[in-house]
Amino acid sequence: MTLDFARRLEVTLRLNGRDVTTVVSPRTTLLDWLRDDIGLTGAKKGCNEGACGTCTVLVDGRRMNGCLTLVVQCEGRSVTTVEGLAGDDGKLLPVQQAFADHDAFQCGYCTPGQLISAVACIAEGHATGDASVREWMSGNICRCSAYPQITAAVLAAAREPTADDRTAR
Amino acid sequence: MRDFGYARAGTAEAAAGALAGPGTAVIAGGTELLNWFRLGIAAPDRVVDIGGLDGLRGIAVQHHELRIGALATLNEVGEHPLVIQTAGALASACLQAASAQIRNRATIGGNVLQRTRCPYFRAEEPLPWPCNKRDPGSGCTSLVGRHERQAIFGWTRDCVAVQPSDPAVALAVLDAQADVLGPAGPRAIPMREFHLTQREAAAAGEPMRETRLEPGELITGYRLPVSPSGQAYVKVRERASYEYAIVSAAATVRLDARAAGAREPRAAGAREPRAAGAREQGLITAARIALGSVAQRPWRLTAAEAELPGTPLTREALTPVIERAMADAAPLPQNGFKVTMACNAAVRALLAAGGAS
Repeated sequence: MTLDFARRLEVTLRLNGRDVTTVVSPRTTLLDWLRDDIGLTGAKKGCNEGACGTCTVLVDGRRMNGCLTLVVQCEGRSVTTVEGLAGDDGKLLPVQQAFADHDAFQCGYCTPGQLISAVACIAEGHATGDASVREWMSGNICRCSAYPQITAAVLAAAREPTADDRTAR
Repeated sequence: MRDFGYARAGTAEAAAGALAGPGTAVIAGGTELLNWFRLGIAAPDRVVDIGGLDGLRGIAVQHHELRIGALATLNEVGEHPLVIQTAGALASACLQAASAQIRNRATIGGNVLQRTRCPYFRAEEPLPWPCNKRDPGSGCTSLVGRHERQAIFGWTRDCVAVQPSDPAVALAVLDAQADVLGPAGPRAIPMREFHLTQREAAAAGEPMRETRLEPGELITGYRLPVSPSGQAYVKVRERASYEYAIVSAAATVRLDARAAGAREPRAAGAREPRAAGAREQGLITAARIALGSVAQRPWRLTAAEAELPGTPLTREALTPVIERAMADAAPLPQNGFKVTMACNAAVRALLAAGGAS
């Protein structure tokens, strides 16, 4: 059986709760597509090699680096970016509110990735204590070094009785 | 990143068939491959996606073997109850690798095929310095430049790089087999022989070859004997998380029955193990040990494995055994510290595997 190698592909995926069909060249990363084609610039292009975590998005509810994911690998999958976390009415998730309440950022560049990673960290059940949060959030670098505040915000959000996530969207 | 043709494989056979063609690469998670594309380490014309082959994803115990599909992610392997229960060193190695978000994409099949983190190798094209892996015959800049993180075993003047995979070290110590599929059909490769040192590759006439995987072969999964041994994986690195190892050590330890009994939880006021005699502290009946990031392959300390039965599980007794087994280490001018560090990591891994730390 021989395979048909395509240079342009149609891909259908669910993005922040809405179905999207797009045509891409195979090398297009999820990060470049979100920022350049769709105009969702929440996920940032920091290192573009999987080291910094500021491009973190949810794919089928699991956090992944947008820079290490091709759009063609997302056929039929559900992608959530930081823009998809708050409700349509603008109401923040508990973890977003907790970041504001705990001053869990200074420059804000890493915050979209931190928030997505925090949502996943809580949903995975890893927000059980200081050491666990620091370990399971270690893929998100903060050069302002707001780590103590980020850890506090994640733990505070994990304690919220309404700490649901929107990973199923 | 150069563009390429892309196809999704419907079967492992179709993927292997396509992989046998020229200029073709296989993508699973892609966490390593996309960076190769960006740096120019690889620039294939065609990429076969095996991510949809759900048959290569499972984790199960069958016939006293732990079977792990090549597409299981590092987080799936590391957090799976069967892996934690029967291959604890592998679970630990997976969860100490990379970051949570990379571990959700990176697969256990692809992980062992990652290439060295040598900064001279991982430079963007056009390469500003010689590197025999990138441009055969050009020379090794690390040998004459910085090499404090490089090999202490098995290197040649052509290349001093180490293999950085954490899971590969655990797979080697657990005597895992890699199941591979290629143009000649399926076969198995023992993981303790999967990677090649530069010296082994040179002796085989292919100095830059890094594994025993043949062109066109695809890893489909691993099989590990289920073992009752205690296990541990110790990773030494410059920060507490999300960093490559300077050195690592994976160990399995079985203790004699009396020692195992002595390790049952003690009643309050019972004698502390520290005060017990050597016999009660446990004698090793069998042990295996592999070092990581000291060579271009996981480095089993077979001389120590032969000597350890009958040895008490104490730092004082273990250290000289490990030191003897590492007497043939050949550090470079800048990395003599790795010999000491690897020895200490090996002792720590043995103590942890035996339940003494």
